[in-house]
Amino acid sequence: MLELKNIWKTFNAGTVNEKQALRGLNLTLKDGDFVTVIGGNGAGKSTMLNAVAGVWSVDEGSITIDGTDVTRLPEYKRAKFIGRVFQDPMMGTAPTMQIEENLALAARRGQRRGLGWGITRTERADYMELLRNLDLGLENRLTSKVGLLSGGQRQALTLLMASLKQPKLLLLDEHTAALDPKTAAKVLALSDQIVAENHLTTLMVTHNMKDAIAHGNRLIMMYDGKIVIDVAGEEKKKLTVPDLLALFSKVSGSDEADDKLLLS
Amino acid sequence: MLDFAKLISSLPGGVAQGLIWGVMAIGVYLTYKILDIADLTVDGTMCTGGAVCVMMIINGHSVPVALLCAFLAGMAAGLVTGLLHTAMGIQALLAGILTQLALYSINLKIMGWGTGSGRSNQPISVDNYNLVVSSRYLFDGSYPWYKSPIFWGAVFCVVIILILYWFFGTELGCAIRATGANPNMSRAQGINVDFNKVLGLMLSNGLVALSSGLLAQYQGFIDINSGRGAIVIGLAAVIIGEVVFSRIFRNFALKMLGVVFGAIIYYMVMQVVLWLKVDSDMLKILSAAIVAIFLAVPYWKGKYTHVHVKHLPEAADGAGSSAAAGEEAGRNA
Repeated sequence: MLELKNIWKTFNAGTVNEKQALRGLNLTLKDGDFVTVIGGNGAGKSTMLNAVAGVWSVDEGSITIDGTDVTRLPEYKRAKFIGRVFQDPMMGTAPTMQIEENLALAARRGQRRGLGWGITRTERADYMELLRNLDLGLENRLTSKVGLLSGGQRQALTLLMASLKQPKLLLLDEHTAALDPKTAAKVLALSDQIVAENHLTTLMVTHNMKDAIAHGNRLIMMYDGKIVIDVAGEEKKKLTVPDLLALFSKVSGSDEADDKLLLS
Repeated sequence: MLDFAKLISSLPGGVAQGLIWGVMAIGVYLTYKILDIADLTVDGTMCTGGAVCVMMIINGHSVPVALLCAFLAGMAAGLVTGLLHTAMGIQALLAGILTQLALYSINLKIMGWGTGSGRSNQPISVDNYNLVVSSRYLFDGSYPWYKSPIFWGAVFCVVIILILYWFFGTELGCAIRATGANPNMSRAQGINVDFNKVLGLMLSNGLVALSSGLLAQYQGFIDINSGRGAIVIGLAAVIIGEVVFSRIFRNFALKMLGVVFGAIIYYMVMQVVLWLKVDSDMLKILSAAIVAIFLAVPYWKGKYTHVHVKHLPEAADGAGSSAAAGEEAGRNA
């Protein structure tokens, strides 16, 4: 479904702030894979997701989604294939627009936007039903401005928007990091539910090793712009946090694999 | 001794000018409020539209055709600013200033069309042409009501508001609104942010130029300085409209109407100021001061007072932290 081949990306090349964020990254996701991504700060997790989403172009390598080479496509064109939820709850929605308008925008992802109505009556009914399923009390607030919602409600809405138009790929970039623990758990559970219901191929970046182990069918750990650990299936299910830490010191050949690095 | 009757007799002129500038202010509203761009192109466009309109009429074209061409000329100016900003990566504010400066030359050339050199002004007399709006129709009592520039100004404003109300409800219009509200989200939803910014700037400047075409007819001339400080008047209208009417005008169409009312209020105040025999040299500094104060009010309000916002009910199971909601609401107030 997703194929990253030899991806290189350097920021601020030629300056004192030069940072090789991705160094020959390779990754292949099968249809329906739910992959959790962990790694320390600066390991390249978010950079990888941004490379896939097309926030900027990569220096080298190719990105293929469902057989289409998207390496040269701008972000807004790649959006046809990709649903995204960001770390910052402010980033995924238009705060000055209504809940239903945000959903209607998401429902037209990848389509040509012409002079048809921005939202139709049948859509409204559908959205009310979808929001009722979210169980956040949003179903009767379709015309509320999204700016009035809490962080958790926004992330839930963004999740719904990301999955509204079945994406080939769902990118979750530490989407619970800015939420309190209780809300984070609820949004994570909702993510699981939406991924399962829609059979979505998913990449989820997290800082929380427990979450990384508990969710998805495959886990990758990044270090220094590359994938250093890649476990799936039964092996992943048996994984524990100490296992992961031990594995990391072995692969990276350093003792840096302490809580500070991985859990920060 | 101030002559009260003189003030009363000057007010209709204020209303007429306010309505004509209302069209311009709607254009400013599109960029400033919807796209979140302060577009200074309008200082140039506010002359270009009138110049195109006057020259077309003088050269034998009908008034509607002339106004349409003024609108298109404004759109072209908006296109230039849009491309400077999106394709060449120049800050929006600077892009607008560059286009505005370039338009100074172009406006001189338009007004000197056919003479081989530039001209800094061009008269158009209502005696010779069947103009759609003219101050003559307003102050000479021999004309019927449907010739009044107040009537035609209102017609233009209402029709434009209705068209824009429809347009911003379409998929394309929603995409422009989303672009202004959150460009990151827009890109993630497959919206071409650059295209929408250019389109918004074109639409805005088209309206400004249309307003300029009307104003040139109303005052009977166009001058190279006609657009100077236009952005300030436009912003004044937008901000006054918002401050005065935001509690009652919540619907999008009504918000635009509020902007038109803002322009009318601005020109009424100007009439009063002139009536008070304030030195007319000081009008611009007065306008600038008024706009500066109105721009500062929301900032001061946020800084020095607690704004009480009606909290929406949280989900029963506490799906989100209410602290975040409160903070958010405060930010949006």
